[in-house]
Amino acid sequence: MSLAQIREHTRGRLERLGNAVTSYVWRMGFASRFLFYTVVHSGTALRRFRLTVAEIYFAGVLSLIIILVSGLFVGMVLALQGYETLQRFGASESLGVLVALSLVRELGPVVAGLLFASRAGSAITAEIGLMKATEQISAMEMMAVDPIARVVAPRFWGGVISMPILAALFSAMGIFGGYLVGVQLIGVDAGAFWSQMQAAVDLRNDILNGVIKSVVFGVAVTWIAVFEGYDAIPTAEGVSRATTRTVVTSSLAILALDFVLTALMFTGGKSA
Amino acid sequence: MVEIQNVAFGYDAARPVLRDVSLTIARGSVIGIMGQSGCGKTTLLRLIAGQFLPSRGAARVLGELTSGLDREGLYGMRRRMGMLFQFGALFTDMSVYENVAFPLREHTALPEDLIRDLVMLKLEAVGLRGAAQLMPAELSGGMARRVALARSIALDPQLILYDEPFTGLDPISFGVIVRLIRELNDSLGATSIIVTHDVQEALGVVDYVYFMAAGRIIAEGKPDEIRASREPFVRQFVNGELDGPVPFHYPAPDYPAELELTEN
Repeated sequence: MSLAQIREHTRGRLERLGNAVTSYVWRMGFASRFLFYTVVHSGTALRRFRLTVAEIYFAGVLSLIIILVSGLFVGMVLALQGYETLQRFGASESLGVLVALSLVRELGPVVAGLLFASRAGSAITAEIGLMKATEQISAMEMMAVDPIARVVAPRFWGGVISMPILAALFSAMGIFGGYLVGVQLIGVDAGAFWSQMQAAVDLRNDILNGVIKSVVFGVAVTWIAVFEGYDAIPTAEGVSRATTRTVVTSSLAILALDFVLTALMFTGGKSA
Repeated sequence: MVEIQNVAFGYDAARPVLRDVSLTIARGSVIGIMGQSGCGKTTLLRLIAGQFLPSRGAARVLGELTSGLDREGLYGMRRRMGMLFQFGALFTDMSVYENVAFPLREHTALPEDLIRDLVMLKLEAVGLRGAAQLMPAELSGGMARRVALARSIALDPQLILYDEPFTGLDPISFGVIVRLIRELNDSLGATSIIVTHDVQEALGVVDYVYFMAAGRIIAEGKPDEIRASREPFVRQFVNGELDGPVPFHYPAPDYPAELELTEN
């Protein structure tokens, strides 16, 4: 390969890399402007709150089954695994603490967020994408109705409100699952299970931080879901790709944000 | 009502879709914009609706220069317009009643009983008052188009735009839509613009026709003048001839050579 060919080859690769980076940055900028516009134009969603309530139903209530069942099983597994480890150190009565802290701090927001992204996020993207593909968004524009205010904002707020409630219910069901396995099945003392949990779980450091996490995940997942739907190529393939992107991007965003938030909340302080 | 002056437009600079288009549409008329797929007629309709802005020239619609309007101005103009989309574009999560009520709820503060009366009035006009509680998925293609028509006239628009309103309709539904376009235009005192490639059918309902090809208006006139046109493209299109200025074959390499029937 001659020097000129190597130079040409390298330049081609650099150009492709540059294009990919530029395109990514442009898309991030577009998504940020989209979020800003959605928040600024949330008047309709808040003034006519029944629009948002309908979306809370679709994103939240219809996700309840998967959230509650998953929470129950995650709590049960946590209790089984936790007991195996704790009993080696004679600390099996701390099972309640282990289950509760694991759920409230981490698993509740994270697993509920991942399930929310798969169940509600994908549905939001598919619905908005299909509305675009069938010209419903254009029809709204032609009726002088802003689709971001009328379609996107209620879904965004519906998701943001639903997510912390779902995460809380996930954690509650998980603790109940841990109780069933730990106390009812294995025979850990019920008084120790609950009292140690009550003593160890702090309202601000644990519960509030868990709630903050779930709110952040709710904003991230719903933002990604509405943006991908609105930005979808209006074809069957385009909507399918957008739906897949929502689940993948949301899941990665949740895990990355969880690391950052955990580092900020639970390291270096009293609760570390 | 609509004045398009020397308008050019392209989705990118290298491929212009409209080149120097000019037309004037008078109040009260039903106008047809015809031509084969890809000639730029739907783009022209979107330009009139303010969804695109001309890259050159000017589009004046309902007295407003579309390129000079901000979002509020554009929405203000669109409140005086109705548009029927190719497949209706009904909101699939709302009933027929809610679809027709949608623009009334969004743009007026009318009490519910008055909205109900208006919705029933519009549905009666398209013959579907009895279908008010059905969902869009329960409607045939022709019925969905009629509901969309009722929705587009909910605010008594001055200008009604039709994007391929006859596509995929059976003959009965087709006849109903043709009759409704004319009746609604005349009863509302509106102006209608129909973009279509169903030439024979549309010539029966329009007052005046603009014929487009390759982003330009190549012929215009009253329906009888179009039928009698000697312009080769118009003749081919109106009579549905297989070959003419628009060739049957898409440009391709030599056929025998492609099939490797010739030596070398």
